[in-house]
Amino acid sequence: MQVVDPRTFERSMPTPANPLSVVDITQEARRNAEVCNACRYCEGFCAVFPAIEAKRVFDDRYIDYLANLCHNCTACYHACQYTSPHVFDLNVPKALTQVRVSTYSRYVWPAFMSGAFERNGTLVAMATALIFTLVLVLGILLTDPAQLFAVHTGDGAFYRVISYEAMVSVAGAVFVFDLLAILLGFARYWSAIGGRLKHFFDVGAVGRTLHDALTLRHLGGGDDGKGCNEEDATYTNRRRRFHHLMAYGFLLCFAATSVATVYDHVFGWIAPYGYLSLPVLLGSVGGVMTMVGTAGLVWVKLKLHDGPAWKAVFGMDYAFLVLLFWVNFTGMALLVLRGSSAMGLLLIVHLGFVAALFAVLPYSKFVHILFRLGALLKYHTEVRR
Amino acid sequence: MQEEVLKAPSGSRTGDPLYPDVLVVGGGNAALCAAIRAAEEGRSVLLVEHAPQSLRGGNSQHTRNFRCMHEGPKGILSGAYPEEEYYADLLRVTAGKTTPALARMVIRQTTAAYDWMEEHGVRFQPSLGGTLSLSRTNAFFLGGGRALVNAYYHTAERLGVHILYDTEATALTVEEGVFRFAVIQYKGIRHEVHARALVLASGGFESNLEWLEEAWGPSARNFLIRGTRFNRGRMLKEMMRHGASIIGEPDQCHAVAIDGRAPQFDGGIVTRLDCVSFGIVVNEQAQRFYDEGEDFWPKRYAIWGRLVAAQANQVGHVIIDSKALNDFMPSVFPPLEADSIEALAERLGLEPAALRKTVDDFNAAIVADRAFDNLVLDGLCTRGLAVDKTNWARPICDPPFYGYTLAPGITFTYMGVEVDEKARVLFEKTGASPNIYAAGEIMAGNILGQGYTAGIGMAIGTVFGLIAGEEAAHASR
Repeated sequence: MQVVDPRTFERSMPTPANPLSVVDITQEARRNAEVCNACRYCEGFCAVFPAIEAKRVFDDRYIDYLANLCHNCTACYHACQYTSPHVFDLNVPKALTQVRVSTYSRYVWPAFMSGAFERNGTLVAMATALIFTLVLVLGILLTDPAQLFAVHTGDGAFYRVISYEAMVSVAGAVFVFDLLAILLGFARYWSAIGGRLKHFFDVGAVGRTLHDALTLRHLGGGDDGKGCNEEDATYTNRRRRFHHLMAYGFLLCFAATSVATVYDHVFGWIAPYGYLSLPVLLGSVGGVMTMVGTAGLVWVKLKLHDGPAWKAVFGMDYAFLVLLFWVNFTGMALLVLRGSSAMGLLLIVHLGFVAALFAVLPYSKFVHILFRLGALLKYHTEVRR
Repeated sequence: MQEEVLKAPSGSRTGDPLYPDVLVVGGGNAALCAAIRAAEEGRSVLLVEHAPQSLRGGNSQHTRNFRCMHEGPKGILSGAYPEEEYYADLLRVTAGKTTPALARMVIRQTTAAYDWMEEHGVRFQPSLGGTLSLSRTNAFFLGGGRALVNAYYHTAERLGVHILYDTEATALTVEEGVFRFAVIQYKGIRHEVHARALVLASGGFESNLEWLEEAWGPSARNFLIRGTRFNRGRMLKEMMRHGASIIGEPDQCHAVAIDGRAPQFDGGIVTRLDCVSFGIVVNEQAQRFYDEGEDFWPKRYAIWGRLVAAQANQVGHVIIDSKALNDFMPSVFPPLEADSIEALAERLGLEPAALRKTVDDFNAAIVADRAFDNLVLDGLCTRGLAVDKTNWARPICDPPFYGYTLAPGITFTYMGVEVDEKARVLFEKTGASPNIYAAGEIMAGNILGQGYTAGIGMAIGTVFGLIAGEEAAHASR
């Protein structure tokens, strides 16, 4: 039995020269889980606690699974009778957050990209700056100066600035790579936590998983849905709502792009489309939702209580949220100003942010979607409530 | 916080925070219920909590449910739990040591209390894993007692209750059963609080080891306290000094056998050990001293604190083998493990030959005429030993062997002030006080004279807290 005496367990403080090791953070999460298993008061908050109660001994892979079941809602921290200054010094959200980020880096594809999650905020910000600049410079160099600041209207107006072929081939290649990298990374995680292909065909479990994910049930802090904690011990659903705005806004934008693709390839209708056309309606509603959602999530994170927060990981969250915000902000600006001479430059700026988003996608906060879905699916195939 | 004391509580008539309508001493469930109730009646309330904010809530932070009467399915509670059944359960655990009128009043008011709790921020959850037997009788707090306490503090603050942490009430001035003023130490500075009414909800005295030692002798030094370190019994001593009517004896306390490695205070639920009935328990001489299989553990765990307290150095050792390891709820500390009984004895600090003989005698005395079944009183017993085990007696023979060391863990004390149905403290000479009320552990002995059943403490604390708050509000009008 691999067990640790919670009284004598000592954690070494991380320093730049001696960052947290996977052994330390996994052991700390295990220590937390073992105390939780003897207490069980938080059982109703989320899926993590029933998953803990299903075991007596927690191997490393099981900790990896628990880490991604946790939505970092922090309700268990505020409810815990064993947080500091208690000698047990429990902090489940923080311990699981540390492991969760390490799962992104340990299971990433290709494996040599694992460093990408060490200082992810810096990486995403630098990559964004680099790609944005590259697109901007190339865009300006490769575009006929006469076209760049001209007023374009009518079918194919965008493509007179940047060629259709350039847009589609670059976007297509990046998109295929993203899909491959994200899926292969997820597959490594999924098989490590004991997931099997057949679980995807368990209709009931898949349905419950999707229900939990689409409703963000585990940010609701329990069956009554009264919410979880942010800045203090009071309950709120604010974070859940902002995340809904962002996620569904993003999906609407994706739907706008899909509809536009169909318009283009099936009907031969060339962008830009009218203000009341389906792609533009979907895109503008989705864009505003995403902007409000991402800004709200940054705001909520800034106010999050210090106790359960592991702020070293916030760089990853901020970088991705801000990038997503700018993609949508420049997209909306492009929509509003597309009849003016600013359109050419705005298009390049917007595409710069879009390119950056898709370039960093498999090495950003985005990966949490599949990791969470995988953990939830394992939960719903193993623990039925 | 320093400047906050200078601000007046909302609704205060004098504008001075040291002159509230109602002073509440204590910061747990009963104190908060009283403070909220009085504030809702429009009174200015000052609540003094001895603990710092990070340790607030007294023993309530370690609770998990409250026992609730209900005539039909209610919220997360299934079925019905009528008054008579509730009362019968109480009579059984207290062996009749209760005040029937007060007990029935508490029981009847738990139904409305459930709704009141929910309206004031408490969230409930279905009964926890391993507690299915309580799903009809006990409403579990989502996140446990700490979450309940957080919700009440938030509600109290919203209602303008003035809350002082790190503040101990040290003395009371009472004249013929009438409260005049209290002395508090706020961050080391002495203040006098002149309130029109006083609610004492400051808990028992189980954390006052010196007091326990007066009653128990030196063995009390080896007691572990399962709850807050701040239940020092200072207000109870003040009430005794002023001639309040006292119920119970100082050596009465709820003592269970917990893991001997638990911290001195605040170990809470996780230090319990549910393995006694699946093995044997020996003292420092490696001798058994009581029937480990007398009844189901939830019905017997409360006698083992006293049993262990009566042994040398207040220590007992549970010995189990690998068969039993997964038969009980996981506990917070790992057991000591060894491949032989002798090696385990050495790890536990016992005489190897003596433990070997005890285990061999026990194994040899088992009447193996039936199958082991931990769900019923299986009658699998020993015969012919000085102390026989009457159920679940399986031979201890499959290595590895495991040992846990037990120590007495004190949950709460029973001695307290006598109260009437309006939560008024009764004085020996003058009868019911016109402005001193008590709620929670300091008066729970009126209803729970001995024994314990899950969730009864929170039921008494909530109902009497609400009554005390309301009566104190009326008295200070």
